[in-house]
Amino acid sequence: MDLLAVTDIIIPTKLLVWFGLACFFTALGCSQVGTFLVMRKMSLVGDAISHSVLPGIVIAFLILGEFGKASLDSPWLLIGAGLSGLLATLLIELIHYRSRIKQDAAIGISFTSLFALGVLLIGLKAGKVDLDPDCVIFGQVEYLQGYPRVEWWGLEFPRPLVSFAVVGVSATVVVAVLYRILLVSSFDPSLAASYGYFPAVVQLVLMGLTSFVVVSAFQAVGAILVIALLILPGATAYLCANRLPVILLLAGVHALLSSVGGVWLALSLGINTGAAVVLAGGGLFSLAWLFGPVDGVVLRVWRRRAGVGLEPLSASE
Amino acid sequence: MSGILAAGLTGLSGLTLALIASLALGVASGLLGTFVVLRRESLFGDMLSHAVFPGVVAGFFLSAWLAKEGWVENAKNPLVILFCALVAGVLGAVVVTVLGNTTRLKQDARLGIVLSIFFAGGIALFGFGQPAGVQGFLYGQMAAIDATDLRLMLGAAAIVGVAVLLFRRPLMVVSFDEGYAHNLGYPVTWLTLMFSVLLTMSVVVAMQAVGVVLVSAMLITPAATAHLMTDRFPRMMVLSVLFTILASVGGTLLSGSVSDFAAGPVIALCATALFVLAYVFAPRHGLAARFWHDRGQRQRIQRENVLKDIYRVLEREGFPAEGATVGAFEAERRLDREGAERELKMLEDAGALIRRNGGERLVLSEEGWRQAARVVRNHRLWELYLTNEAAYQADHVHDDAEIVEHLLGEEAIQRLEAELGFPKTDPHGSPIPQPSAPPIHTTS
Repeated sequence: MDLLAVTDIIIPTKLLVWFGLACFFTALGCSQVGTFLVMRKMSLVGDAISHSVLPGIVIAFLILGEFGKASLDSPWLLIGAGLSGLLATLLIELIHYRSRIKQDAAIGISFTSLFALGVLLIGLKAGKVDLDPDCVIFGQVEYLQGYPRVEWWGLEFPRPLVSFAVVGVSATVVVAVLYRILLVSSFDPSLAASYGYFPAVVQLVLMGLTSFVVVSAFQAVGAILVIALLILPGATAYLCANRLPVILLLAGVHALLSSVGGVWLALSLGINTGAAVVLAGGGLFSLAWLFGPVDGVVLRVWRRRAGVGLEPLSASE
Repeated sequence: MSGILAAGLTGLSGLTLALIASLALGVASGLLGTFVVLRRESLFGDMLSHAVFPGVVAGFFLSAWLAKEGWVENAKNPLVILFCALVAGVLGAVVVTVLGNTTRLKQDARLGIVLSIFFAGGIALFGFGQPAGVQGFLYGQMAAIDATDLRLMLGAAAIVGVAVLLFRRPLMVVSFDEGYAHNLGYPVTWLTLMFSVLLTMSVVVAMQAVGVVLVSAMLITPAATAHLMTDRFPRMMVLSVLFTILASVGGTLLSGSVSDFAAGPVIALCATALFVLAYVFAPRHGLAARFWHDRGQRQRIQRENVLKDIYRVLEREGFPAEGATVGAFEAERRLDREGAERELKMLEDAGALIRRNGGERLVLSEEGWRQAARVVRNHRLWELYLTNEAAYQADHVHDDAEIVEHLLGEEAIQRLEAELGFPKTDPHGSPIPQPSAPPIHTTS
């Protein structure tokens, strides 16, 4: 084996680790926040936010461009995205509460409008933004290679990876810190209100968190597939467990497995990384659907055959 | 037939094609959008638009393969693409339903899961070979539409239009009251399936115009706008179609100056602009109309409260012919002179009050008397009703009556009186006035 062959092996391995880590950190933050979206029946609000952050990102990008600092890993993009994510939730409430339009239609109207605005801005400023409609739809983990590197403990990373890690880990920490508040307000709103957790504030915090994690997910897998990173882990875990801490842990595991599996799938089949991560996550979801220990199809059929489901009823009589 | 159509279409300019496409879009998504919005299934349409995508990509591959084998003449055969899209869309809808029947996941999560997995599948499939033309479905291609695309749009729109026209009643009944549809003997499952197929067709049409993500804008926004404008379903359908066409034509014309990519977003934003106009100015459900209506209500309640207090003062003083003093009125309303004058002026302007003795004495006009007596009667009857029929304590009924007195209509009052045996006094012993009787004090 000559030297060339060795580097040939090393470079893909390094890429694999980078892509895998980028996807994992992104998916980790999304999975923790998204689990609560699933529990609160707000999955599609998450979808709406993931589309609505686009104009915020583009505007922040354009403003940064004026100062010559345009870069996709700037914290200002997070702020712009957060603001337009909150704007989306505000618009949804405004339409929903102030007119006869129901919430589902309000969600649709708000996110399509903001998304259209974002795409239009990209179209108008095509030369100035190195965001293009393709990266909005497909994501751009692959571009990680092109970014400047930073060194840490003798290992080098592309800079966006650091911001992905910061976002993913800090979102997880915030969820851990706010765990009780989120738990109580998701499952017993009136108890939460009696504790003094204002539902509107909790809602706003959750929406803010969602916008926060969505931005990096947006860059990794593209606007359309963010919803998968938000919902699939929580939904998969929900089919496997009943207790929330376990669900959150399993959601994290789902994030890890689907990232690693997805990156492997993408590199071996030569397909888009974002789509591959989602497909891997979807595969895990299908497994949970069929064989999940709490809500799996196989288990249900087996229980019905064995008549296990009838036991508690006869015991109580 | 389609050959003639294609021949007729090829000679037309890009703009004309786009305008014809707008008509197709209006019929397809405008009509079904009304069902979608009223069924509260807006996000079901969003799911379909993404679930259809792998079908479209597969359709391109299949169509290219069939063309190579000599089965079809065109490598981008609209029928093949539409068929594959339909299969994918219906499959998506079925998976959502099956997930619902076999797991405890809620509708929102199910839609999100199917949407993202199907779309990811489409993107992965697109990666193998990247067939030209798929881009048109991904981002919309209103400004660059050609005769072949248009044939697909027109065909699908025609099917949707005819089906909705023919099956309007069964579709409506199934949408709004499934149990009733069962009782009428409608084949509910088939109708639901038909609705999914039609919706998928309209999604395919809208995808060509504005792209995957903004299909929802075409399905939801014009229909929601129409919903703000009218309460009648047929009228809502017509308006929804009109708004869709308007947004589409407007967006196409406006975006011509920007770039080909911009047509979809500009069309969506035009639809939003129409929605905002309706949101603010719609005749009955708009913000402005409701603001004026609420303001009118608030003013009436305020006026009635002031009249009631003048009546009380008059009653306490034995209905003196010269009227009540402003001082007593101030004390009753707990106001200073300035506040009292403001309220009295309001009543004078409404023609309910006459002021005598240089303004110091207050007498009700006939109209004012009638209104005052009506509110006082409502109040006292309601108090009586609560104590007698609902077993409230006599000292607990006042606050409730303060609200209800403004809301009771003439018919409700007549029934209340009959129920209570045409009482003469309320639980506190005060007499219940009759607005039809002439004023106790003279206004002459």
